Amino acid sequence: MSDNILEMRHITKTFPGVRALNDVNFVVRRGEIHCLVGENGAGKSTLMKVLSGVYPHTEFQGEIILNGEKVAFSGIHDSEKAGIGIIYQELALVPEMMVYENLMLGHEIRRGMTIDTPEMIHKAEELLKRVRLSVNPSAKIKDLGIGKQQLVEIAKALSRNVSLLILDEPTAALNEDDCENLLDILRLLKSQGVTCIMISHKLKEVLEIAETITVLRDGQTICTLDRQKDEVNEQVLIKHMVGRSIENIYPPRTSKPSDDILLEVRNWSAFDVNLGRQVLHNVNFHVRKGEVVGFSGLVGSGRTELARSLFGNPDGYIITTGEMIFKGKKQVFHHPRQAIRAGLAYATEDRKRNGLVLIQSIQYNISLANLQAVSKNGIVNEELDKQNAVNFVRSLSIKTPGIHQLVMNLSGGNQQKVSVAKWLFVGPDLLIFDEPTRGIDVGAKYEIYTIINDLVAKGMSILMISSELPEVLGMSDRIYVVANGTITGELDAKTATQEAVMRLATQY
Amino acid sequence: MNELLTVLKKNVREYGMYIALAVIMAVFTILSKGLFISSRNIANLLNQTGYIAVLAVGMTLVIVIRHIDLSVGFLSGFLGAIAAVALTQWNWPVWLTILLVLLLGIVAGLLTAFPVAQLGIPAFVASLAGWLIYRGALMLVTAATGTIIVPNESFNAIGNGYIPDLFASTSFLPNLHKTTLLLGAVAIVLFIVGQLNDRRRKLQYNFEVLSTGLFAAKLVFISVVLGFITWILAGYNGMSWTVVIMLAVVLVYDFITRRTVVGRHIYAVGGNPEAAELSGINVKNITMAVFASMGLLSGLSGILFTARLKSATPQAGTLFELDAIAAAYIGGVSAAGGIGSVTGSLVGALVYMSLMNGMNLLGTDISLQYIIRGLVLLFAVIFDVMTRKRKS
Repeated sequence: MSDNILEMRHITKTFPGVRALNDVNFVVRRGEIHCLVGENGAGKSTLMKVLSGVYPHTEFQGEIILNGEKVAFSGIHDSEKAGIGIIYQELALVPEMMVYENLMLGHEIRRGMTIDTPEMIHKAEELLKRVRLSVNPSAKIKDLGIGKQQLVEIAKALSRNVSLLILDEPTAALNEDDCENLLDILRLLKSQGVTCIMISHKLKEVLEIAETITVLRDGQTICTLDRQKDEVNEQVLIKHMVGRSIENIYPPRTSKPSDDILLEVRNWSAFDVNLGRQVLHNVNFHVRKGEVVGFSGLVGSGRTELARSLFGNPDGYIITTGEMIFKGKKQVFHHPRQAIRAGLAYATEDRKRNGLVLIQSIQYNISLANLQAVSKNGIVNEELDKQNAVNFVRSLSIKTPGIHQLVMNLSGGNQQKVSVAKWLFVGPDLLIFDEPTRGIDVGAKYEIYTIINDLVAKGMSILMISSELPEVLGMSDRIYVVANGTITGELDAKTATQEAVMRLATQY
Repeated sequence: MNELLTVLKKNVREYGMYIALAVIMAVFTILSKGLFISSRNIANLLNQTGYIAVLAVGMTLVIVIRHIDLSVGFLSGFLGAIAAVALTQWNWPVWLTILLVLLLGIVAGLLTAFPVAQLGIPAFVASLAGWLIYRGALMLVTAATGTIIVPNESFNAIGNGYIPDLFASTSFLPNLHKTTLLLGAVAIVLFIVGQLNDRRRKLQYNFEVLSTGLFAAKLVFISVVLGFITWILAGYNGMSWTVVIMLAVVLVYDFITRRTVVGRHIYAVGGNPEAAELSGINVKNITMAVFASMGLLSGLSGILFTARLKSATPQAGTLFELDAIAAAYIGGVSAAGGIGSVTGSLVGALVYMSLMNGMNLLGTDISLQYIIRGLVLLFAVIFDVMTRKRKS
């Protein structure tokens, strides 16, 4: 038997107008954890879709050798039969169904005509043990945290007897604890003889877990690095990924925040009627003019809830105590509209879900929150609107064939710029920027950081919510750490360390 | 030629609908040996389309914001009956009757919208309740008398009458309706001036425009089509009041959806309600407004239908809601929300009613008619989905 479980040779895949993969070679040794890295659009996901049969063998050139034999998949069913399991970024679980039902979905164990429930639960328990997940197999998926759901997804793949497991950005939505846990599980699976291919943007975890790293750029294999032979660190990876070395991941800021306080929140507490629990307790913080204030914390710590409760409270929380002083005036916003008018803007953490209207054009999205500026008596001045969009596309260098391009056709980084443009057009005093660089590539991140610096230099304030510790430390003037719905500490970004932030974030 | 192809490709869905309409009309014209395209039949077809087109326009917006309104059929039947009662039993003047019916329509729309917008009840259920309630209400109103005959000439003119010919003359073009010709000519001039203006302003801002040749060809083509329609209408009694009302509704709604802030907000709510809310748009208010407009148009549809039949019957409005929904879907509205145009729905209604009218002319069996209409709806939606997939 060959030492390599998988060899993909000279893979070329073209879409109308784009060559997504150009003569890519990709070799995975049996039993290793192999990471695939590259900027967004480098072709990582496309390569995995070629491997898993999402793109049938007739739609690309090149050959796939699995376990020493040439294979040709016509669909995902074929690759599943051959022992390949793929787990996508967006989980494919049915929230309303139970854990064991999800695990066996499509492969239910039958007894005569009916489903053998006890046997299925028994099998589910075994699978859950393999990923060290202790949940009741009869619990509903929607009641599990995202980290546990991820493990269920892995267990589901294991139930299909996979020998090669592909994970597409498995940790993107996880907090640090769940990430650690997931990496442990991958090591465990390796010891059980499962080969893993992991796509990830988080270079730190790549360096932590990978034995081999393949870098893709612009649809081509740049290099394959062996951890035992090659000197590999973050700088090296970034250099290969972007084709240039980024000396400073965070552009230097020349401006200094003023002493004037723009926003002050005191004793802010909120109760979520739907969940039936207090989501925020006695939150106190302030933001100065021209300042970048970082909000760090684990996923679910209440940072987004805090932002939304201030920004017109669209979730209808009951504000049990507290007050908010914005631009020297006590304010209560009952709808985002009021908050926007007062000079507050909120760019959401998930631009696809609730940030942008994907089926509409760039032009349409940019002016959506401030149509009165391009209209008169309720009638939109089309030319003014277009001119405005053209200006933003130019000033933020949004890469697009034109302002009529639908937002769904843009890359993550460019979508994020459209979202920024939309809020800049409103001309806010304070922009709450929730996960400003989630799911965008290294180059685009740098551009977003530069934009943030330009904005505070012009006197705008930024409240940046971020789950990436280096980003919070690198971009903020001051940092608040949020845990369990309250602020557990305030740090000066110059002196703060990742460890100090983590300590506060896990303090309950 | 290349430019023409790219333009066609880019707008294949939109133009496809016009082409489908033209093909359907041509086929029926040939099969009926010219009867279909005769002035008399086209006038009749447009009058038949009126009350469905008006509903389809309102339904377009409802579907765009990801809802549905099943109550509109019997609501328009019920409001039509109210109009008949107001005219015959309360002896109200026509203008007051119309005002009452339109206002009641708005109220009914708001009543449907309230549980949807404020309590989060699915529109399917809320409007199904309305369907039952208005059906009962219609039966109640017509219970004592059965069909209510409306003898009021000026009211009935809304559904049957034609605009007066101000320039009637026996010497000049004796068989043509001169006012209609004049209106058609004015429409063509306004269209050309509007297009030229639009192009000039776009050029001022350095935006992309069609090449001069293609632009001229477009102007000539559409002018010829408008002229042809005018000529046909002028050959019978001229333009009917129904057509005037239908065109007015379409023009007003087209303007609202394409050019106003409210229009943008409606499409934002349909495209992504959460993003709309966080952009400062009041989703509840937009929902209430869209349903209110649907109610208003249901009232108008009821007036058109009652006037056309010159009476209110206990069955009035049966299945109108489904005809309107079918017309909207044929016209390219997306069930996923956020996509669809008012003019598309007008064409959808014309396609749908042309099929009905044409098959009636040919004496096609009614059972076969339903099957064919069903197939056309299915293919229209499949075509829609396929062209959209290819685009993205």
